[in-house]
Amino acid sequence: MADKQLAVRMRHISKSFGQVQANEDVSLDIYRGEILALLGENGSGKTTLMNMLSGIYFPDSGSIEIDGRQVVISSPKVAFDHGIGMIHQHFKLVNVFTAAENIVLGLKGQGRFDLQAASERIRQICDTYGFDVDPNQKVYDMSVSQKQTVEIVKLLYRGAEILILDEPTAVLTPQETDKLFAVLRNMRDDGKAIIIITHKLHEVQDISDRVVVLRKGNYVGEMVTAESTTEEMTTMMVGHQVTLNIDRPRPVNPKRRVRVHGLTVRNSEGVLKLDNVSFSLYSGEILGVAGISGSGQKELLEAIAGLQKVEIGSIEYVKDDGDIDQLIGKDPLEIASLGVALSFVPEDRLGMGLVASMDLTDNMMLRSFREGPSPFTDRKGPKELAEKVVDELEVNTSGIDTPVRRLSGGNVQKVLVGREISSNPTVLLTAYAVRGLDVNSSYMIYDLINKQKAAGTAVLFVGEDLDVLLELCDRILVLCGGKVSGIVDGRYTSKNEVGMLMTKLGGEAR
Amino acid sequence: MIHITKRKELAPQQMLAIRLGAIVAALVVCGVITAMVTGLNPISVYGAMLNGAFGSQRKIWILLQETAILLCVSLALTPAFRMKFWNLGGEGQILVGGLAAAAVMLVMGGRLPNALVILLEIVAALAAGAVWALIPAVFKARWNTNETLFTLMMNYVATQLVAYYVIKWEVPKGSGKIGIINQSTEIGWLPQIAGYKYLLNIIVVALLTVGMYAYLKYSKHGYEISVVGESTNTARYVGIKVERVIIRTLVLSGAICGLAGLLLVAGTDHTITTTIAGGRGFTAVMVAWLAKFNPAVMVASSALLEFMGRGAGEISTAYGLNHSFGDILTGIILFFIIGSEFFITYKVNFQKKGGERDV
Amino acid sequence: MFSLVSFIPRAVAQSIPLLLGSTGEIVTEKSGNLNLGIPGVMYVGGICGVIGSFLYERSVGDPAQMNAFLGVAIPLTCCLLGSLLMGLLYCFLTVNLRANQNVTGLAMTTFGVGFGNFFGGSLIKLTGAEVPTISLGATSKLFRTTLPFAGSTGAFGKMFLSFGFLAYLAIAIAFAASYVLNHTRVGLQLRAVGEDPATADAAGINITRYKYVATCLGCMIAGLGGLYYVMDYANGIWSNDAFGDRGWLAIALVIFTIWRPNLAVPASILFGGLYILYLYIPTGKNLAIKELYKMLPYIVTIVVLVISSLRNKRENQPPESLGLPYFREER
Repeated sequence: MADKQLAVRMRHISKSFGQVQANEDVSLDIYRGEILALLGENGSGKTTLMNMLSGIYFPDSGSIEIDGRQVVISSPKVAFDHGIGMIHQHFKLVNVFTAAENIVLGLKGQGRFDLQAASERIRQICDTYGFDVDPNQKVYDMSVSQKQTVEIVKLLYRGAEILILDEPTAVLTPQETDKLFAVLRNMRDDGKAIIIITHKLHEVQDISDRVVVLRKGNYVGEMVTAESTTEEMTTMMVGHQVTLNIDRPRPVNPKRRVRVHGLTVRNSEGVLKLDNVSFSLYSGEILGVAGISGSGQKELLEAIAGLQKVEIGSIEYVKDDGDIDQLIGKDPLEIASLGVALSFVPEDRLGMGLVASMDLTDNMMLRSFREGPSPFTDRKGPKELAEKVVDELEVNTSGIDTPVRRLSGGNVQKVLVGREISSNPTVLLTAYAVRGLDVNSSYMIYDLINKQKAAGTAVLFVGEDLDVLLELCDRILVLCGGKVSGIVDGRYTSKNEVGMLMTKLGGEAR
Repeated sequence: MIHITKRKELAPQQMLAIRLGAIVAALVVCGVITAMVTGLNPISVYGAMLNGAFGSQRKIWILLQETAILLCVSLALTPAFRMKFWNLGGEGQILVGGLAAAAVMLVMGGRLPNALVILLEIVAALAAGAVWALIPAVFKARWNTNETLFTLMMNYVATQLVAYYVIKWEVPKGSGKIGIINQSTEIGWLPQIAGYKYLLNIIVVALLTVGMYAYLKYSKHGYEISVVGESTNTARYVGIKVERVIIRTLVLSGAICGLAGLLLVAGTDHTITTTIAGGRGFTAVMVAWLAKFNPAVMVASSALLEFMGRGAGEISTAYGLNHSFGDILTGIILFFIIGSEFFITYKVNFQKKGGERDV
Repeated sequence: MFSLVSFIPRAVAQSIPLLLGSTGEIVTEKSGNLNLGIPGVMYVGGICGVIGSFLYERSVGDPAQMNAFLGVAIPLTCCLLGSLLMGLLYCFLTVNLRANQNVTGLAMTTFGVGFGNFFGGSLIKLTGAEVPTISLGATSKLFRTTLPFAGSTGAFGKMFLSFGFLAYLAIAIAFAASYVLNHTRVGLQLRAVGEDPATADAAGINITRYKYVATCLGCMIAGLGGLYYVMDYANGIWSNDAFGDRGWLAIALVIFTIWRPNLAVPASILFGGLYILYLYIPTGKNLAIKELYKMLPYIVTIVVLVISSLRNKRENQPPESLGLPYFREER
């Protein structure tokens, strides 16, 4: 290891987006001839950090050196000139272009423009590494894994020296993953610096030489892969199990409220997002949903709320008197008209749950504005509700006529949750209810959810912080790649058990 | 190195200050340009403009009437724009509204009592305008057909339709004009209030302004329009039927454009030509946008644009220049205001090499 | 009596402003900018050419003394410069200041049409010339110089050789634009900017530069359409508003041709034909019906709009980011 040559030195990098601190004072070294794994949970700031290296974002403060010289990476082009190439999780491909067109895009090249010759070189690269890419195939005709292959070939074609891969294996089959890793090893032996962003421990073990762990935007430590165990890594990634002291009363008189059976959902691109999901949700309990982001959480909640087209399966709502209503095929209004009091706190607060440019009062009546025979809206009730929410939930705002866009993330969430629970729901769906919130706001949200539970509401709580899930939820359903990989008792499980279930199907078992 | 970031929200007074600053800067530039073209000193340029707009009672009436009609069209387009439906078809919707009114006046004049003729022409004008907007709206709602160009093309179809009827109904034959309809009987003419020719139009539009303000701000429909315009995702989340809102809103938008046509044909001009809309369908887009789609502010923005037009018209007449001078000045004002929006949304940071920054 | 030999040349002459306008707009839209200011730009292009040529003709005095090269070069340069300035204005507002493209375009159309009509109506007064109307016969003659043998080869000459050089230039530009867009590196990068600026940006393409160059070039090409109209089609006589709605029709043609400049050549001739078809349809004494025939180009455009939205073929869709401003750190 003594002959390792320093490629990149990042020092004291900080970056924030509005209220959210994505990275704080992160320092990191990257060496040639080494595969570095950047490990961390969702939202730990791995991708943001690498985006600053590849010129997508510009750091608020801090410095970057490449090969010992200080540089200002103001754009992706500058990054590329320094030999840095990144494969993003959301592919940077032009849909109406062919693979070859995408691969040569942005290259200077000498002489006349010859796609034929480019295709020839692409085929060579593919033959060398065993990729299967048709240079003339349009991107929109490709599967997700084909698209990624094009992205990888693009980097190889350009001969980047420092390669960043953001969760490259998420869409690959195990065979494809093995092939990719073989290529990465070849490139490492070739003296290139490789960074792989991941949260899959077995991959870290499999491919990396060194691991750097980020947590909540901060650098927490690094270790040499060969000298470390997965347990050590897990501990560093998730932190020590901390005691949050969140109340968890026993469910009182639980009754089956919602029964989901064989639920299968594809997104608009035809990708399977939920695969044969079955579970029951009881009144007076909090059912947590854990999983790596994008494992089908969004689709699950939206399917129950009547916003997602379902391919097959059933979602039954059980009324107090035992009557059963089928929710599939109904829109939110029809579900409400069945007498189902369903509240939904979506992940995209300002893009779905609230109207950013409207004030608090107007947002309070988003669900209730139709009430009454008058053609005009009644703002008296919503105004009182807004005042009540501001008062009880301690929303920090200059007044209830402030557009919610101007509130901080925590206050936005209080407004949204406040509205959703004001209608005394029997079912409450929440997605990442405390994302981006400070500690006090988070506890207030937990408290509100617990009050709903005590009132007999069936709560489905999609979360990302395992500590919270473990202390708040009665049961935890773990999603992995759109499948239910397990449902565990929140009181008797451990962080490691849930962590293993989260990666089970996505990794070893598949 | 210049680095641009999004601002946190500005206070309303600061936004207003930026916009007013842009208008003042634009007026200065307009004054200088006018001075260059006419040789006047810039101060007297503004004097001439004020004179053109407010110089006599008649001029004030005309200014009010023109402002009212422009405001009417802007009000018509506003609900569509708040929904992010780019209705550039105001021109055509005015034309067909006016055409329908003229048709009723011509065909029914003498056969029905005057009051019925007027009632019928109101219904016909509103319906015609509504249909003209409904057609692109249905295609937009069902198949997401590009509404900008669709409504634009509908303008020309309407123009040719009017041209067809102008020739069919021309008086005298071969003149290519309809002339004043029912000149002797005044059947179908909207009544004058207290003997003032333009007062009725102004009152109607004033009521409409209040009505539109209330509709958008206080009605359930207006609320739905705002939600759909902000995010169709949110609209679906609360069960709003987006397609239905698009169609309903465009029918309203077209009907009010039809009303503008009615006011022009039955209220003031008493004839119809292919140029009766006079570009208001386009100017209104900018009036509405300048006012950020707020009907109350539109009173000011339409008055500003009409004032510029009338003022520049005065200068043109006095110096034997072409009347399009007003369009140039309007354009300049618009460029300044459009440009000033940037400073409301974004902040420019100047960055020194090495990562140090000052704001 | 319908005669193809007389119809075709008129349709072609009618089509050239549309062709130049739509080629310019296609190049612009490929960069993701929807420039609704094109009608204004075409007016500016036309009137700038007129101003240049008017000043030159006056300075020479006797038309017979005019230098043929300068007689063409001066209006051409003025036209291109005027259009370029409009393009720069649009880019500054929409690219640097990220203004709404629709509103900026409409303001430019208001400004441009006003600019054209103002100088068209006031040029004589402003320059103190002693002529009744702007009539640039000498310059127009230079622009209308046809190919050799146009008069001596009968129908063939009339249909293919009888146009001024701008007409051939327009067709050449359209085919050249088509070639550049589809077969060159620059074309590929430009299309990427219009489709997916974030991807193009990540690939190291300078988004701002591409948008500027494409939009300004587009404006200059469209401006030539205005120049052709006044110098060639209208025999050098400027009359206010005569150019009419051709600019809007040119924008509609962009959709009709599914963003392909080479298709714009036949499509604009078709539109040119539709535009004057009413002159060839026997209507007897019923003059009114001719006005209905004049709707044809617009109705055809609407039908095409609808059909293209029904058939969702990926290649036939507008550039994906058309009309949207690009801000790298948007999140």
